[in-house]
Amino acid sequence: MNHFAWASARTISEAAVAASTTVADAMTASPDAAGRGTTSIVKAGGIDLLDLLKENLLAPGTVVSLKEIPGLDAIVEENSGGLRIGSMVTLAKLGDHPVVQQRYPAVFDAVRNSASPQIRNVATLGGNLLQRPRCWYFRAAEHHCLRKGGGHCFAISGENQYHAIFDNRSCAIVHPSTAATALVAIGATVELTNAEGAVRRVLLEDFFVPPDKDIQRENDLEPQEILTAILLPPLSASLRMAHLKQGEKDSFDWPLADVAVVLDLDQEGGCKRAVIVLGAAAPVPYRAKAAEAALAGRRIDENVAKEAANAALHGATPLTKNAYKLPLFETLVRRAILKAAVRP
Amino acid sequence: MATDRTTRTERFPSGIASVGLGEVERQVALDEPPPLPPNAALAVIGKSIPRHNGRAKVTGATHFTVDVILPGMLHGRILRASLPHAKIRAIDISAATRHPGVRAVVLIARPDDPTTAVVRYSGAPIAAVAAVSMAAAEEAVHLIRVDCEPLPFVVDMDKARKQTAPLVYDGASAPTGNASGFPAPTGLPLNGNVRGPATDTRGNAAQGFAQADIVVEGEYRTEVQTHCCLEPHAIVADWRADGLTVHVSTQFTAGVRHELAQAFGLPLSRVRVIVDGMGGGFGSKSSLGNYGRIAVTLSRQAQAPVRIVLDRQEEQIDSGNRPGTWQRLRVGARRDGSLTAISLVSYGTAGVALGAGVGNFAQALYTCPNFESAQHDVFINAGPGCSMRGPGNTPGAWGLEQAIDELAERLSIDPLALRDRIDPSLVRREERRIGAELIGWKRRHAPGADLGPVKHGLGVAQSLWGANVQINSACEVRVMRDGSVEVLSSVQDIGTGIGTVLAQVVAEVLGLRPEAITVRIGDTEFPAGPPSYGSRTTASITPPARTAAWRVLQSLFRDAALVLNVAPSDLIARDGRILIRDDPSRGMSFGEAAARLRTDRISAVAARSDDYGGFRQRMGDAALAQQDLGGVQFAAVAVDTETGIVRVERVVAVQDCGRPMNPLQIESQVQGGVLMGLSYALFENRILDQYTGRMVNPNLEQYKLAGPRETPEIDVVVLENYQGNSATDAYGVAEPSNIATAPAIANAVFNAIGVRLRTLPMTPAVVLAALGKIPSRS
Ligand SMILES: Cc1cc2nc3c(=O)[nH]c(=O)nc-3n(C[C@H](O)[C@H](O)[C@H](O)COP(=O)(O)OP(=O)(O)OC[C@H]3O[C@@H](n4cnc5c(N)ncnc54)[C@H](O)[C@@H]3O)c2cc1C
Ligand code: SF4
Repeated sequence: MNHFAWASARTISEAAVAASTTVADAMTASPDAAGRGTTSIVKAGGIDLLDLLKENLLAPGTVVSLKEIPGLDAIVEENSGGLRIGSMVTLAKLGDHPVVQQRYPAVFDAVRNSASPQIRNVATLGGNLLQRPRCWYFRAAEHHCLRKGGGHCFAISGENQYHAIFDNRSCAIVHPSTAATALVAIGATVELTNAEGAVRRVLLEDFFVPPDKDIQRENDLEPQEILTAILLPPLSASLRMAHLKQGEKDSFDWPLADVAVVLDLDQEGGCKRAVIVLGAAAPVPYRAKAAEAALAGRRIDENVAKEAANAALHGATPLTKNAYKLPLFETLVRRAILKAAVRP
Repeated sequence: MATDRTTRTERFPSGIASVGLGEVERQVALDEPPPLPPNAALAVIGKSIPRHNGRAKVTGATHFTVDVILPGMLHGRILRASLPHAKIRAIDISAATRHPGVRAVVLIARPDDPTTAVVRYSGAPIAAVAAVSMAAAEEAVHLIRVDCEPLPFVVDMDKARKQTAPLVYDGASAPTGNASGFPAPTGLPLNGNVRGPATDTRGNAAQGFAQADIVVEGEYRTEVQTHCCLEPHAIVADWRADGLTVHVSTQFTAGVRHELAQAFGLPLSRVRVIVDGMGGGFGSKSSLGNYGRIAVTLSRQAQAPVRIVLDRQEEQIDSGNRPGTWQRLRVGARRDGSLTAISLVSYGTAGVALGAGVGNFAQALYTCPNFESAQHDVFINAGPGCSMRGPGNTPGAWGLEQAIDELAERLSIDPLALRDRIDPSLVRREERRIGAELIGWKRRHAPGADLGPVKHGLGVAQSLWGANVQINSACEVRVMRDGSVEVLSSVQDIGTGIGTVLAQVVAEVLGLRPEAITVRIGDTEFPAGPPSYGSRTTASITPPARTAAWRVLQSLFRDAALVLNVAPSDLIARDGRILIRDDPSRGMSFGEAAARLRTDRISAVAARSDDYGGFRQRMGDAALAQQDLGGVQFAAVAVDTETGIVRVERVVAVQDCGRPMNPLQIESQVQGGVLMGLSYALFENRILDQYTGRMVNPNLEQYKLAGPRETPEIDVVVLENYQGNSATDAYGVAEPSNIATAPAIANAVFNAIGVRLRTLPMTPAVVLAALGKIPSRS
């Protein structure tokens, strides 16, 4: 880790002015530079940022803490019935919130099953959505891979057991955020504020950036922009949802696969609309549109769920070591659909 | 029986307590203490006493080596190879030397020296610096320029075995040794990257197989496991004109002292090794290690204390590991289950040193007249291995105990009944009985009996481990005039709680409470203690502790007897008092007796005597007791056949360790062994990239370890097994408790799903593949 200056922003615009470079930009400079000395970078909980610093992947001149900015850590129920979650709200706080549990059980489960209690006490939702991928080549300074501005993806022919099964031709990362799987499924929006105080709102699903658009970033955050809030839309009472995560182990680990399902069922139990999102499947949270279509207009039962689960995997292109994710996703999609359907 | 004048005849408790105790007669030296009664008759030994330093540990007061700060201390950092195989052409240290914070720079790879100029694994040390701060050391290391010529490399054992594989060593330079925990055979041929075979035979295997009604055959694979000590390897070396003092996290203070004396040409009297708190070793802290040598060299050059603490990546890559193995096992049997032949071919690799050495288990566990093994060590371009908890037998059990399970299944004999037939050990017979009852073996059903996707199963596997003893083990007990008592030995507490056990032993003899005993260990200034590896600590150091305490007590008795007007032999020590055996109302407090001492303190030093019944084998300072340690473990699992997740719901571990000294601590040891075995079974794997030769998961996030949510209910039952062999009759427990877990889980998985998993770790990818659920790639 290099020496860096420490600053604490008091306002959003102070932070935005200071955020001269996004982490993605800093890391795609030359491999040795890693933004060395010249950049300033914002820190929320620091779980991801400190990892990058310790691995010498990032060497900012200044680290700017967002912790002192008033109001960023609030959860506010909006008149519309939606929920406004400040970007500095920790995963632990989110996972303790009764409204989240009652109205957005998929988000609740996704958050409560992320990482470990210690990490959730520190990790913020904003930082969680903006964390960089966990590809082990990406995380080791010796591997100057495509996503860091190098010329080669080490994973596609190498150790890719934890990598993507969709959209994995150029860079095979999976998006690391578990919360994102559920948030995309319910149609959450992110609120971004720049140094001038201008606010833009982007559907979370559109905020994420796939490799064919830009291989060096996972999201559309701009320099001098702060993620200020995550907005959960008001949901009609007829919606049902579920999130399932399966890791190799349950303590202190990432999902091998996770799935969020949101169903809008009519009185007879017919499916008016379904959203199915796969996490740990692709470089961005992956909408399984074929599976959604397979449910449309049908009453949910074991067979229908199975059909949809198979459809979810249409077009999958597993790599040398991750074909096991196909049966795993099939199972999780099927079980998540059934769980959502019976969940009040 | 005729007795000579240097020995006397004594009758010792003998046998397994839950089966029924008898007595065994032994000749013991006159200055040995009297036989120790069974635990039920004792006040402190055999009781669950909480560890004496437990509170300090959980409140953060314990001092670990990383907490040692000496005046003027420098920080050492090692430059490591990023290529897996390279010839170093030149190293330029000039910029590092000019760094204002740097006080010493040493080269480990020397371009002009053919034996060190080649680095053979990514992560191998090349050079090191000592600087005034960690940050300065880090900066300076980055200033060292290395010019090297990449050489072809191989990091996969199967590929390394091929004739065309790049060579890790050129003939003469290849090291010897395996990871069996036994001395490696010498003079084995080296063919490419393969050394061996080391062969063993008994009877005639070919004839044995000809007599068999049934032969089971299977290939088993285990992966490299790393030690993952909670406390990293750490050292502070302080080289001074009048001698070298080293604080180091080590499993063997006395051994490291010898190593240092030899490596740096110092007399033993000028070398002192100290360790206080330790967070585990598991075999990886058995010797000084390359980083230790580097720290001392830097300290000598800088003329200041130098601290080196390995970071997690260094821990994972260059502090040793348990070799991965490939084993082909054939077991022949008659219809009644009796074995006719076992044959084993194995290949194993850790990296640049150590290999398989898994054969002892298959050779020794069961009665079988015919046996043959051919074992090979394979070299690859990866970090070296070293002993790890139950070396050799742990991967060995993975193969053999599944083969025996398969045999039982093929013969339609219950796996326990089969073992009753082929296992001569009375200890394990009793352990099977106890464990079967606890786990509810009777409810075991045929594979796949559950209706839903989650299948349940029960499995069993056994453990065998030699009862090791270090002869070169001594202990001192001192009584002060104020009645306080000290026990001293260089033995180290690596987390197992030996300090507490020593206090118990001394307290039992002197009739005191264990808290009253001051424990001073982990310093070579004290009498040389045993290493804490090979599960030999308790077996080696508790007998001399009791003997020393008993001898000190005899001198105390002599003084007290004068006052009480009785013979010293009429006195006993109990409840803090010195009493007359036949008239316990008369006596004096322990403190009063001590106050009459002529000098400020009295002391006795005792060494480990030979086992009273003799050893089976003696190798230098080490010896093997007559009876091996037996263990049996049962596992209950639930396998989700749609996700491939294996969940271990319960483990019952029944373990023998001779006389249990402190059941509470033994339980922790066994629980630790079970957890490590579970983690080995389901998660752990050193993953090397075939194209770069680097470990891709050198941290504790991507190298997966079982955590709280993977921890099953663990029932530990400790057998009480007396053999009349020493002043305490205690043996070890740490390693044997790790051996049976993985195969017990695998056998339970088979019982659940009807498919045998012969590859570690049993991840969802492995389970789903075995169930035929992974579509083949087009
Ligand atoms: C062992 C382990 C297991 C884990 N398992 C999971 C898991 O199962 N699921 C999961 O989702 N995550 C998991 N995590 C990841 C963890 O949840 C994230 O690292 C954490 O949420 C990041 O949040 P943070 O607040 O610490 O972010 P930080 O590290 O502070 O920031 C992350 C990034 O976002 C930027 N940033 C942060 N906040 C803002 C903002 N408001 N505006 C602009 N930029 C900002 C920072 O500059 C930085 O680049 C795991 C981590 C570990 C170590
Ligand atoms: S998957 Fe992406 S991040 Fe990983 S090595 Fe390939 S390019 Fe780099």
